[in-house]
Amino acid sequence: MASERARAAPPPVPAQTGVVAGIAAITMTFAAFTSALVMRKGGGSDWVHFHLPPLLFANTAVLLASSGALELARRRLRQGTPGATAWLATTLALGLLFVAGQLAAWRDLAAQGVFLATGPSSAFFYVLTAAHGAHLLGGVTALAYLRYRVRRAAVAPLGAFGAVATYWHFMDGLWLYLLCILAVSV
Amino acid sequence: MPDTTATASELRHVAPQSFLRRYVFSLDHKVIGKQYLGLALVAVCTGMVLSWLMRWHLGWPTAAVPGLGAVSPTGAPGGVITPEYYLSLMTMHGTIMVFFVLTTAPFAGFGNFLLPIQVGAEDMAFPRFNMMSFWVTFLAFAVLVSAFFVHDGPPIAGWTAYAPLSAVGKDAGPGQAMGQTLWAVSIALFCVGQLLGALNFIATTLDLRTRGMSLARLPYATWAWFITSVIGLIAFSVLLPACILLILDRVAGTSFFVPAGLVISDRLQPHAGGSPLLWQHLFWFFGHPEVYIAILPGFGIVSHILPAVARKPLLGPRVFIACLVAIGFLSYMVWGHHMFLSGMNPFSATLFSVPTLIITIPATVATLLWIGTLYGSKLRFNTAALFCLGFISVFVSGGLSGFFLAQPSVDVYLHGTYFVVGHFHFVMGVAAMFGIFAATYFWFPKMFGRMMNETLGKWHFILTFIGVYCVFMPMHYLGLAGNVRRYSAFADDYMKGSIPLHQFITVAALFTGAVQLLFLYNLVRSRFRGPLAPANPWEATSLEWSTPSPPPHDNFGGHPPTVHHGPNEYGVAGRSGDYIMQASPEPDPGA
Amino acid sequence: MGKLFAVIVVVIAAVSTTIFILHTWWPPPDISVHGVGIDHELAETMIATGVLFVAAQLALALFVWQGSDARAGRTIKRFPGGATPLVAFAVVLVGIEILSLTFVGSKVWANIYIAPPDSGALHIDVQAEQFAYYFRHPGADARFGGLHPELIDDGSGNFFGLDPANDTTARDDIVSSSLVIPVNHPILLTLHAKDVGHSFYVPDLRLQQDFVPGLVIPLHFTATRTGKYEIVCTQLCGLGHHTMRAFLEVMTPDQYDQWLKTQAAQQ
Repeated sequence: MASERARAAPPPVPAQTGVVAGIAAITMTFAAFTSALVMRKGGGSDWVHFHLPPLLFANTAVLLASSGALELARRRLRQGTPGATAWLATTLALGLLFVAGQLAAWRDLAAQGVFLATGPSSAFFYVLTAAHGAHLLGGVTALAYLRYRVRRAAVAPLGAFGAVATYWHFMDGLWLYLLCILAVSV
Repeated sequence: MPDTTATASELRHVAPQSFLRRYVFSLDHKVIGKQYLGLALVAVCTGMVLSWLMRWHLGWPTAAVPGLGAVSPTGAPGGVITPEYYLSLMTMHGTIMVFFVLTTAPFAGFGNFLLPIQVGAEDMAFPRFNMMSFWVTFLAFAVLVSAFFVHDGPPIAGWTAYAPLSAVGKDAGPGQAMGQTLWAVSIALFCVGQLLGALNFIATTLDLRTRGMSLARLPYATWAWFITSVIGLIAFSVLLPACILLILDRVAGTSFFVPAGLVISDRLQPHAGGSPLLWQHLFWFFGHPEVYIAILPGFGIVSHILPAVARKPLLGPRVFIACLVAIGFLSYMVWGHHMFLSGMNPFSATLFSVPTLIITIPATVATLLWIGTLYGSKLRFNTAALFCLGFISVFVSGGLSGFFLAQPSVDVYLHGTYFVVGHFHFVMGVAAMFGIFAATYFWFPKMFGRMMNETLGKWHFILTFIGVYCVFMPMHYLGLAGNVRRYSAFADDYMKGSIPLHQFITVAALFTGAVQLLFLYNLVRSRFRGPLAPANPWEATSLEWSTPSPPPHDNFGGHPPTVHHGPNEYGVAGRSGDYIMQASPEPDPGA
Repeated sequence: MGKLFAVIVVVIAAVSTTIFILHTWWPPPDISVHGVGIDHELAETMIATGVLFVAAQLALALFVWQGSDARAGRTIKRFPGGATPLVAFAVVLVGIEILSLTFVGSKVWANIYIAPPDSGALHIDVQAEQFAYYFRHPGADARFGGLHPELIDDGSGNFFGLDPANDTTARDDIVSSSLVIPVNHPILLTLHAKDVGHSFYVPDLRLQQDFVPGLVIPLHFTATRTGKYEIVCTQLCGLGHHTMRAFLEVMTPDQYDQWLKTQAAQQ
């Protein structure tokens, strides 16, 4: 009987569950990268230090701003006031700007002669930023789909919105984590 | 009301009409499950032929294999297998079997077809991800098999692809050029495919259960698939970055796994500072849980079928679920037992040995629960039942030989010998295959609406059961005598005394392989000529038996069932016989 | 059908066990000091798992035999006591087994891999490569020459990458393709690989250890019986993996000294 009662509660949101499981998987992936970095740095004597491109910090600000824009969109969607799609578009644009900024940071490094195969530190820098960027582009796709849903749907797709927002904020957190790891180790 | 089930609701009640959407790029979990099983069937036939060639070579190294010379003129000139071609066959056999058979069939295949029906859902939570999951896996298989057709042939580094052999390119030997890169790309793709699948399994089990289907009422097979998907979610997300780093070492000149100062094929390698042990750690962190990804669905399948054929409830159902959870949890603490002799800190060998031995406790408990369930039962000896019983027997045999290898001090002697080969083939190869066979004979009527031929099935079981013991038990003897594995031949009279036993194994393997033709024939014939199956031919309780065989497009014809009972109501007086179906509204006799 | 299955299971269990008991295939006689412990551990595990194997297969066969009884009206029976005694049985029995095996086994393990080598051990340096082993004795000066991978040249016999032109300690190093050691004398090997992973396995010595490129791994033992034994590679190392073997020659001290002299003269 207990389970019948539980069913009276709002139905669970598979998208949210999926995002939480996805976050678990992505966390494991980056944990594996991190332990590889720690083991590689401790085991080899060829670690080369280089300066992180300052552009990364500007990119960080852009990414954090995109999360703010996403929250503004959510508030409008919840209250039913107009502007949700515009703020979603802003989030999306800031996300793309972040990716463009990361590519520019790569060009900075390449101009200094630091390439993927230069040494283990640069290899990890490129691998981690690329892996994060790829996951972020997945989030951008989800944002585009969400914007399409918000414009089309008669009822606000708050469940799907919540799932995408969780993922997007996780991308922020992941980037801050990676930035710390990179700042400490390279 | 928040829009939550848009992905599923879009598909509701409308079966797609075009051939492409219906059978190829289908979003229906039932079609995707069958696609996975079809892929696994192709893969298992490929892998089995490769093993025949290996066995042939081990028994009679200089004898030509009829026709092989024409198929692979460089690998087997005149039909005689070269040492490097033997290693290619071995690498591809291991990779195909572990990834594309033992992961796809029991987990992705049967899980996809049955899990949504068993929880009373109309489809998976994310049908598009589900479709992508299959097609990415299919692409991974195509990439892997294409290694047979590149210039230097398939890789020779084994399914574990230890660095630096796997990381330095063509200097390391034939097949280590393009072939090994294709291997790494294939496995990376495979990881992506299985991660998408695992997400679906988790969300479907947690969120799409029908009314009344509490976690306590989930069938055991569903529990096993759910726990397997959690294990897979963590394991494949570690193998994926490992493969990416391996690919970069191979094609982009990085040095994650290759240390400095290596001279291979008289060439000083341009790498520096990498760690071969890093690959081993990342690989086995995935690799050991992978063993449980292969075998836990078998646990679930046996526990699901056994009560239905023994006509009594599974002994200790909650204990059984606890065993599954314990095995899943412990599987992440034991990967180092593959590396006792790898040069890692010898103290860690002891640390890894203890959880490895502890994991035998839940495995022993599960086995005892099955044997206890058989006590005082009224067994119906259909083919599915026989394969379940066979599963228990081979799992006991293979599981017990694990006791030896779990101890570093015994592993010193047995590591790298045929004892290991016999052990893992019994416990994750044959046992998992028996689970797959049991599932096939049991659920074929539901999947295709026709019954399989039981007489052929019983012959298939008896001959296979005897055959696998003749193949894999002697491998334990070989290992005890110190016969090392991965040798294509025993040159200069080395291990000469073992050759007659190798020849016996080869004959047994070819015989066991030939017996599988009975199964293939039965499968194809029953698909088209088998007698029509009723909705519930085995008088079983779970939800898939409440719907017609085969189920309609959305599984329950638009009326998802309400669940009133657990899956274990056998041996009770019900309206329909000695059992009560989960969806039956009659009162619980125990209440 | 059920009775047939039960009979087959009993036959399989009986035949498998008999072959184990007859020792038809069994490890070769042990020639090391530490091997006694390993053999003891192996025998203990064999007995424990053997008993469990026979018991489990027979129980399976028995219950299946009984379950195949087709008499109508026979009622099903619950396992006496339910799941609890089974769980208790498994936890206690397997638990005791695990504790005792771990306790004894980790001592055996520590004895080989954790205990430091004897201070008077004879140090021999080992290089593994595709598909051979090379063994190096330090020679008269009791010191090994330094290693320079870039100087490795199999064609001229410089398997280790020694630099005798500039390195005086390298000049008298004795390099051979078999591992020659005196009997009853502690030996310390240092293992390193030239190219890919390899392994050092001597079944008679009850000893196995991987070579890992980039690492130098110590391994020590004492051989107790003279004779010629095979060293084989158990880590997949490439196309010639199956040909990668060498000999371990255990000699009396006199023979060993004689061998050293002959080798030194040849270098």
